[in-house]
This record gives sequence, structure tokens and C-alpha cells, in this order.
Amino acid sequence: MTSYLTGATGILGLLFVVLFGLLMVILRVVKQPKPGRDLRPLRAFSRLRRAVNLTVESGQRLHISLGRGKITHPEAAVAFVGLSALQHFVEITAVSDRPAVASAGTGPLGILARSTLHAAYKAADQERRYRATNARVTGLTPFSYAVGAMFITEDDAVAANFLVGSFGPEVALIADGSSGHDALTVAGTDNIAAQAVLYASADEPLIGEEVYASGAYMGLGGLHGTSTLVQDIFRWLLIAAMLGGALFKLLGGAL
Amino acid sequence: MNLKMNAPLATAVAMAVGLLVLVGYFIPLQVFTGLRMLFLQWAVILAGAALVVGVINLSQYHWAKVRRRGSGRLTSAALVLTLWFTFALTLVFAPASAPVQWLFQSIIIPASIALMGLLAFTLTYAAVRLLRRRPGPFSVLFLSTAVLILLGAVALPGIGPLPFLSDTLRPWLAQVPAAAGARGILLGVALGTVATGLRILLGSDRPYGE
Repeated sequence: MTSYLTGATGILGLLFVVLFGLLMVILRVVKQPKPGRDLRPLRAFSRLRRAVNLTVESGQRLHISLGRGKITHPEAAVAFVGLSALQHFVEITAVSDRPAVASAGTGPLGILARSTLHAAYKAADQERRYRATNARVTGLTPFSYAVGAMFITEDDAVAANFLVGSFGPEVALIADGSSGHDALTVAGTDNIAAQAVLYASADEPLIGEEVYASGAYMGLGGLHGTSTLVQDIFRWLLIAAMLGGALFKLLGGAL
Repeated sequence: MNLKMNAPLATAVAMAVGLLVLVGYFIPLQVFTGLRMLFLQWAVILAGAALVVGVINLSQYHWAKVRRRGSGRLTSAALVLTLWFTFALTLVFAPASAPVQWLFQSIIIPASIALMGLLAFTLTYAAVRLLRRRPGPFSVLFLSTAVLILLGAVALPGIGPLPFLSDTLRPWLAQVPAAAGARGILLGVALGTVATGLRILLGSDRPYGE
């Protein structure tokens, strides 16, 4: 928390972020990508969309798990993606008898989930249906959180789980609880160990940056489409820089 | 641009504070780093307060379950009772005291270790189901790599560490293809984190809801 970048590293970092942001805004104005277009097909999102539509018809719920990311750390970013998804899905399922529920493993994420739920109900003009207990802090240690979230699938007739946040390997317990009740599990995280675990235990794992593209795949509009595009541009630039550097070193460059 | 401006003041404050924290990270000027530290300290204090709100939220939900007299009400009652008992005990005796440490060492840690053990079985079962759920070359590759790494990491009874597997193949698998893949994934995660942060800074995403 006390660290900061100095000298050329700091300037380069700031340039990188500024360029990234500028490109997002410019492409939004110039290209105006249509929501859901220009994206490679990902089965996870088409299955999730179908499951959400079915939950409304079958009187079941969608559960969005936001993980245990600390709000002052970069790992909170993936939970913010989950909050955007929560808002979107609650707006869709607000009129249902069993609207979406959210679980979180830290106090701040619990508050943000409640606030997002309230905003979504308000946006859907269904404020009277808002229940604060639909956003729950299920536990404050990794395993207590996982076990608490696991029981949501059982207690609340959940048909689909969208696990999007910072998890550890204990996320396998949530995914396993979900598959025990024939509920679909779509899951993505920023943690490498949890990604390996989810590859084996989730129905539809999201690998690496796929989870950050959720907004674009769900057609949330705004800067979601262009940020995914800019992510791709910068990834190719970084790949080119790394390959160039390796080639330069291989050829014995010492300029 | 489709910026959400339902609560312009909240959006403006979030954007301004976010920008100052970001600038304080990259530009080591006293005014920026000082502000950044101040905002982060406020965030830490607020996160502490949010923890109490989280505990109250957890109690509310389980208390409602107890009152509904539905399934799992006994578990919920036990959760509420033990939660507030532990809270009261910690308030009275302080976190470092013997009774609180006993609770931690004798109940919370063993329970976590038991769940860790359960996790091993869960993962083994998930690995077996993977072949049924998503049969294909990548699933076979994933499972065979996991088995090779596990076999290379243990000493088998009567045999000891397996030659070639434990000293050559396992280190190579872990340090070359696995490390390369992990770095590729982390690169994607880092770019995704930057993109998400910038969407919030630009007011396109508002994770603070209203």
C-alpha cells in the first residue's frame, strides 16, 4: 500500500494507462462497436444467457458469487466485473418471484452488492421487490465463505451460478455443490490456482481475460466493447515486444 | 459516450479520488503520494466498518431463516449463536487472550483443515468428472499433466521419488510450459484489471451502485 513507482518506470506506467484510456474513449467514439458483435463465440456466455432466461420461466434463481477480493487491492477489479453482471442480471430477473442472489466474502463487497442490487431494482422500476438479504456475506474466511455460498445453491433453488471474483482453490467446493444440484456453473477468477481448479470443477470455466470481457459478451454497452478491443490491441503489442526482446537477445544485441 | 450520470456527485467524487490515487502511484510528488495514502487509509477504515455490516447482514439472513422455521433452521441458529458468542468473547477478553485463542486454535483451524481435506476429494472427483463433462484432448492433457506432477512430487512407499519423473520431467513441466501458460494468463488478467479500473475511472462502470 505504501509503494509507488519511481523514475522511468512510473512515467512509462502512467503513459501506458493514459494511452489505454485514450484508446478506449477514441474507439468508442470512432468505431461505436455494437454490443455482442466482433466477439469470438464463447459457449460459457451463451449457456449463461440461456440459463438466466430459463430461471425466470422455471421459478429458479441465478446466484452470483463475488469472491473475497480486498477492495484496496487490484484483485477487487474482477469482483467489479461481477457487480456489473449482477446489475444486468437483476434488471432482467427483477420481476421474477425468485430474483438473482449475490454472495460475497468480505464486508465491503457485501455492501457494494447490496447497493448494486438496490440500484438494479430501482432501474427496473421494481424497488418494492428489493430484499437486502439477497446480497449476503456468507463468511469471512476462505472456507466459511465457500461453504456459505455452496449452501445458497441448495437453499435457494439456484439454477445457475456465475462465480466471478477473486477466489482460492476453495472455490471447488462451491462448484461441486452446484453440480450436485444440476445447476450450471460459469466461473472466472484472477487467481491462477483457482483457475486450474475451476477448469476441472466448473461446467464453463473462463480463462484469463475472458472473465473481464463479461460485460462485452452480455451486451452491457458503454465502454465494455471498446475496452475488450483495447485489451486485445495491447496484448498483441506486448506479445510483439516480448518476442522482439527475445529475438534481440538471441541475436546477441547489446546496444 | 454512454456514461451513467444518475448520481453525478457520487460519480464525480469516485472519479476524482480514483484519479488522485492513480496519479499518486505513478508520480512520487509529496502532494499526490500524501493524498493517495490518506484516501487508502480511509478505505481501510471503511473496510473495517463494512466488516461489521457484513456480520450483521449474515446474522439477519440466518435469523430470518430461524424465524421461518424452514429447513436448516438449526444450522442457522447455531451459526447466529456461535457468531455472536465469539464476538462477545473477543470484545470482553481481547483477540490475543487465551479463551479467544483456544476458540481459534481448537475450532476454526481444525474446521478449515477438515475442509481442506474435503477439497482434495472434491478435486479428485471433479477431475474424474471432467472427462465425462468435457471429453477432449485438452481435458486429457490437463489430467495427465496433473497426474505426472503429483507422481513427481511424492515419494512412493518402498520406491522413493520416481527417477526421471521427479528430478527432470516434473521440474521441466512446472518451470517451462506451466510457467509460460501462467504468465500468459496473468498478462490477460493484468490487462483486464487495467480496463476495468479505467471503466470505473471514466464513469462507465459504477460498482458503488447508486
